[in-house]
Amino acid sequence: MGFIKYIGLGLFIIALSIFTLSLGLDHYQLTAENISADTDYHREAILEAAKGNGMLDKEYATNFAFIADFKKTLLSAQETLDRQAQANIPEGVDEWNFRLGEWKFKDYTLLTTKHSSTGPVADHPFLFWLLTIGLGILGGLLFILPDLQNIPGIKNNRIYHHTMTRGLKLGWRGVFLVTVIVGLLSYGVFYMGKSLFYPALTLLVVGLITGLVFFYERSINNTPARSAGPENWTAWLGIFTGIYLIGFYLLLYWAPEYITSWIVLSDPLSYLLNGGEASRWFVYGMLYTVIVLTMGLRMLVKYRHNMYQVVRTTSVMFFQTAFAFLIPEILIRLNQPYFDFKNIWPLDYDFFFKNELNILIDNGGIGIFMLVWGILLIIVGVPLFTYFFGKRWYCSWVCGCGGLAETLGDPYRQLSDKSLRAWKFERWIIHGVLVFAVVMTILVLYTYFTGSYTVLGFNSDTVRTWYGFIIGSAFAGVVGTGFYPLMGNRVWCRFGCPLAAYLGLVQRFKSRFRITTNGGQCISCGNCSTYCEMGIDVRHYAQRGQDVVRSSCVGCGICAAVCPRGVLRLENSSEDVDSRTEQIRTIMISEDEVRLLS
Amino acid sequence: MHIAIIGNGIAGVTAARFIRKLSNHDITLISTETEYFFSRTALMYVYMGHMRFVDTQPYEPWFWKKNRINLKQAFIDKIDAPNKQLKTRNGETITYDKLIIACGSKSNKFGWPGQDLEGVRGLYSYQDLEYMEAHSEGLKRAIIVGGGLIGIEMAEMFHSRHIPVTFLVRENSYWSMVLPTEESNIVNRHIREHGFDLKLETELKEIVDDGNGRAVAVVTNKGERIECGYVGLTAGVSPNIGFLEGSGIETKRGILVDQNLQTNIPDVYAIGDCAELRNPPAGRRPIEAVWYVGRMMGETVAHNVCGQKVDYAPGFWFNSAKFLDIEYQVYGDVQAKAPEHHKSLYWEHPDGKKSIRMVYDKNNDQILGFNLMGVRYRHEVCDKWLKEKASIETVLQNLGLANFDPEFYDEYENAVVALYNQQSGKNLQLKQKRGLTAALRFLRDKIAL
Repeated sequence: MGFIKYIGLGLFIIALSIFTLSLGLDHYQLTAENISADTDYHREAILEAAKGNGMLDKEYATNFAFIADFKKTLLSAQETLDRQAQANIPEGVDEWNFRLGEWKFKDYTLLTTKHSSTGPVADHPFLFWLLTIGLGILGGLLFILPDLQNIPGIKNNRIYHHTMTRGLKLGWRGVFLVTVIVGLLSYGVFYMGKSLFYPALTLLVVGLITGLVFFYERSINNTPARSAGPENWTAWLGIFTGIYLIGFYLLLYWAPEYITSWIVLSDPLSYLLNGGEASRWFVYGMLYTVIVLTMGLRMLVKYRHNMYQVVRTTSVMFFQTAFAFLIPEILIRLNQPYFDFKNIWPLDYDFFFKNELNILIDNGGIGIFMLVWGILLIIVGVPLFTYFFGKRWYCSWVCGCGGLAETLGDPYRQLSDKSLRAWKFERWIIHGVLVFAVVMTILVLYTYFTGSYTVLGFNSDTVRTWYGFIIGSAFAGVVGTGFYPLMGNRVWCRFGCPLAAYLGLVQRFKSRFRITTNGGQCISCGNCSTYCEMGIDVRHYAQRGQDVVRSSCVGCGICAAVCPRGVLRLENSSEDVDSRTEQIRTIMISEDEVRLLS
Repeated sequence: MHIAIIGNGIAGVTAARFIRKLSNHDITLISTETEYFFSRTALMYVYMGHMRFVDTQPYEPWFWKKNRINLKQAFIDKIDAPNKQLKTRNGETITYDKLIIACGSKSNKFGWPGQDLEGVRGLYSYQDLEYMEAHSEGLKRAIIVGGGLIGIEMAEMFHSRHIPVTFLVRENSYWSMVLPTEESNIVNRHIREHGFDLKLETELKEIVDDGNGRAVAVVTNKGERIECGYVGLTAGVSPNIGFLEGSGIETKRGILVDQNLQTNIPDVYAIGDCAELRNPPAGRRPIEAVWYVGRMMGETVAHNVCGQKVDYAPGFWFNSAKFLDIEYQVYGDVQAKAPEHHKSLYWEHPDGKKSIRMVYDKNNDQILGFNLMGVRYRHEVCDKWLKEKASIETVLQNLGLANFDPEFYDEYENAVVALYNQQSGKNLQLKQKRGLTAALRFLRDKIAL
């Protein structure tokens, strides 16, 4: 069966290569028809500019050359329109819309580049879908399914020997962290219109948190901390995978005009589902769903002896496919607002944005239902379900980020940092993000209700743009997924997600959920801590016979699954909600008889 | 006061931790094995690539300094008890006020020809693991000698590297001096299912030298010669007390200790694998080389050296293990060769990988023990039943209280009760299903059974 696995791996690598190379296969030619703009006067101006600089009908071999010239064309069209704006503006059009603003550049470039592509991918999009996504799924299945022949059980053999999953040495992790933080903040300066203020403020907060952890919390004394790196060499394949994923997110968020081939090859499926052409978000949703399903199948095969894992994995596969992907696409087909019924503020940080609220309110009954549904989830759903089941009801059963982490991310779960220091960083950062999300939303709602943009010297529009950039895209996407092979599969959920922070507060202070430890049976082997994706030192609790109640625990149940001695059980009870952690069971000698140092 | 502890395994470390909780005494923890305490039972997972070695260390490196436990890497050659001094191999002298010996075990060797050849070794220490690792490259076959817990671990380790394993077991079934026949058969089947060459009723006769001092084959008592590159000696362990000769500390198989874990010499204590109880509590053996005993003794001795006299009272026996993919738990008195008054209710799942055994006294129906394969039971609930001398019928009707399997797992309590009804002609009903709330109420004496 090893043979079939290798074939599967080979097919997957071929599919991934075609997927990557497809970005360079097409040619680009701007014609009058494929100039994409919102209005006729913009299209007209762009067409004139393209005629003027010789771009029209010229064939470009690469999208780099095409996009470079098209940007020049847009600038020249902008100049023309600026000139016209001084003379005559068409009736009923305001000057603001008439001029070609820079914020339009991104969309026009993306759509025009996509429509201008000719060549193998543009001519045979479905064939390329089959050769990339289709072949990738096939390869994945051939790699995954032969494992059904193995005897069911915990199979983590050689994870720490493998160059994909053994993790990075401290130096390499440092390089990635510093490069990504500095890189994103520097790009943020341009993103914010060459304003240094917010990137500098963020850098200050990063420094402040580091200072708090090391000096206020005295983490500096806890040295040397438990290492999170591999014993010898670094995971080179892991580094490569991390770079690929980071690159994917950078292109998706901020340079989508270079990945139009991926959008083109997704067009047939998009027409089938929502009746329109694909957008980059359709591509993202499609890839996300395909990956959650394929890697979810891997999880089902790997843990087929464990019903909790089977049910839980089926649940995340279902919620991703139905709630995050199919239902929103079908809503669009039915001319209803795009809505993910399982996404909850503050993870869904734009829920209270003016444009989003207006879309819902303008859509009558169903829109109002969506609005009420979303608000009920926040104020009733989260506390109630978390009281009964712990935050796992969302984080490892429903959530899309959690779904990807539990499927694609499963091979990397052991890479989370288990040091006490990491836990201290976690608490400051994640609650910091929660505060940021709440403040940002208050500012946005203030503007919504009063119409005034400036609150205490902050412009609510700028704050929300920065939140979307640094938390919504950079942290949740680039770091959230890109860091799977570098720092584990739950970096976002553990350090960044404001909803996880909110759920965690409920779980920590008022919930029936805990992980019970089984009397004195723990042998301190460390499997539970090693495979905790949230970096909880589960063993610390298990070996002293104390139930695990931690705000970060997502209830994935893997600690209980990998425990070789049957020590851990995820369970709920209202019997002792406020005293879940008090009992320490492995103390042999009754504490009444003896004197303990305070 | 300065307390020296020889050995940084679970016994010594637990002692050190509790001494620190109870006092401000100076503590020195002496070992040559590794710099920091690690979980001995987890060594297999390092070899198999499930964990890094650092993951087997229960405490972060800064823990020791923070808790003022001095770590000393030294090999103790000699104990000078009258002068309260330890002599290290480097010629250093360490003076103590009280001494705790927690030096553990060594693998048994029974004088087999060739037992000291290159490529022949037990598995107990970190160095054993390194030795095994160093000899694994290009290994064509490994022979495991001894059908116990370490034997099957070692077989699993080699198997994870695709190294074929031959498993020599002296008895007619795996671990049959501890496991009752049915459970032992479950493991036999499972070992073969994994493709190990399990040879029952087979003993090692000699290990063959390749002419350069390396093991190249073994010969069994049946005259069979099996080529191999490594021989794992896993026929049990015994206390590692050779260095005590001439110290005046009284020993038999292990270091003899009283109920306060003190040796014949005042202020010298012994705990863990190396300790032998002069008067073991009822139902317990004088030497019990398991993790849990080390931990319980460590806690007890800490109180005694800190001036609070406490007897070693380990309570009911419990243990656990994992045979490849099958977990094992035992609570109370379950014997391979059951005494005449023991009666068993034994249920086995049709898949042949899960079983539940309840042992009770046939004279008065009192529950005596639980033996579980592939099923998890709550330690405290079983312990409470044993303490309260509950009857088998009380236990059966409330069996859900004990179930500790993960959510959504099949529950077998009804099947077990039905089996009892079938065998006894009674008509008991399961009153209590699986669930934490009922278990908590039971443990807090909120529900009477």
